[in-house]
Amino acid sequence: MSKTYIYILVAAVVSTFIRILPVTLFRKPIKNTFVRSFLYYVPYVTLAVMTFPAIIQVTQNKIAGVFALVVGIIAAWFNQSLFRVAAICCAVVFISELVLV
Amino acid sequence: MKTYYSISKRQAFVEGFKDGIPIGLGYFAVAFSLGILARNAHFTPLQGFINSFLNRASAGEYAVYTVVAAGAGFIEMAIMTLVVNARYLLMSTALCQKFDSNTSMIHRILVGFGVTDEIFAITIKRPGLINPFYNYGACAIAVPCWAMGTACGIIAGDLMPSNVVSAVSVALYGMFLACIIPEARKNRVVAILIIISFVLSFIAANASFLTNISSGTKTIILTVVISVFAAITFPHPEVENE
Repeated sequence: MSKTYIYILVAAVVSTFIRILPVTLFRKPIKNTFVRSFLYYVPYVTLAVMTFPAIIQVTQNKIAGVFALVVGIIAAWFNQSLFRVAAICCAVVFISELVLV
Repeated sequence: MKTYYSISKRQAFVEGFKDGIPIGLGYFAVAFSLGILARNAHFTPLQGFINSFLNRASAGEYAVYTVVAAGAGFIEMAIMTLVVNARYLLMSTALCQKFDSNTSMIHRILVGFGVTDEIFAITIKRPGLINPFYNYGACAIAVPCWAMGTACGIIAGDLMPSNVVSAVSVALYGMFLACIIPEARKNRVVAILIIISFVLSFIAANASFLTNISSGTKTIILTVVISVFAAITFPHPEVENE
């Protein structure tokens, strides 16, 4: 059982290290336009990649996931808060799965 | 007192806490399902709690449970964790540009420690420089929910009705949308990139010759390829730096 704790520790050290390294290493603003542009685009691309198709894979019914995606995009387009968009997506899935599942 | 925070520490903490509530709810549900996996790897609720608290990453912990269940070695564990969590290297690098250069080392370390997909998302959504106390507020609610969710999943197994799990698990993606779509509305390049990302991500998830590559690795490859392409083709003129 204590071996499990060593596994946990190894994973924790690695996952913490890669998070802390960049923020402590690069302390000055980067001037290079390519790097700056790259870093500007990274968040939007990576979050988009993680959202789809995952959003249709976690629901019981794929169509419910598609509804959540579409309604979520519309809600976010109209600048609804984080909490609202999240809640709307949950409600859409819950309601549509009452019908679909 | 440092002057670069536009609002007080307390106010930033409260705002972070508020934005952390939907994250915490989503985390609880996701962590709960992760707890069911942990149970299969013979983790005790306390071990699940500690693992979730220290790793704070669904894919990363999924790797832990599968490696432990398979009885693989520590080196393999370390490599696996590095690969599935490598996207945090990118996220953390993106965040390093949003720190005031006066931000102390301890604040940098603590913010870095708290980087998860969702907390990263709400951090980049906020205009201007990083206020560490906003991140602390978000972590104060999100991380305990995450750790508790895992422990509850181990204890309660599959008692939660599946339609509730299904509904709650999209909360995280709703939050991602709330973080990226407003920028897409302002910047057409971002809008196009999001569509390209959706399409390529869908192809990557379904292409049969890619089934051996973990979803974490796919995320990294797609992120780097698409962002490099965008940075070359559409150099961003004035990267915000208020």
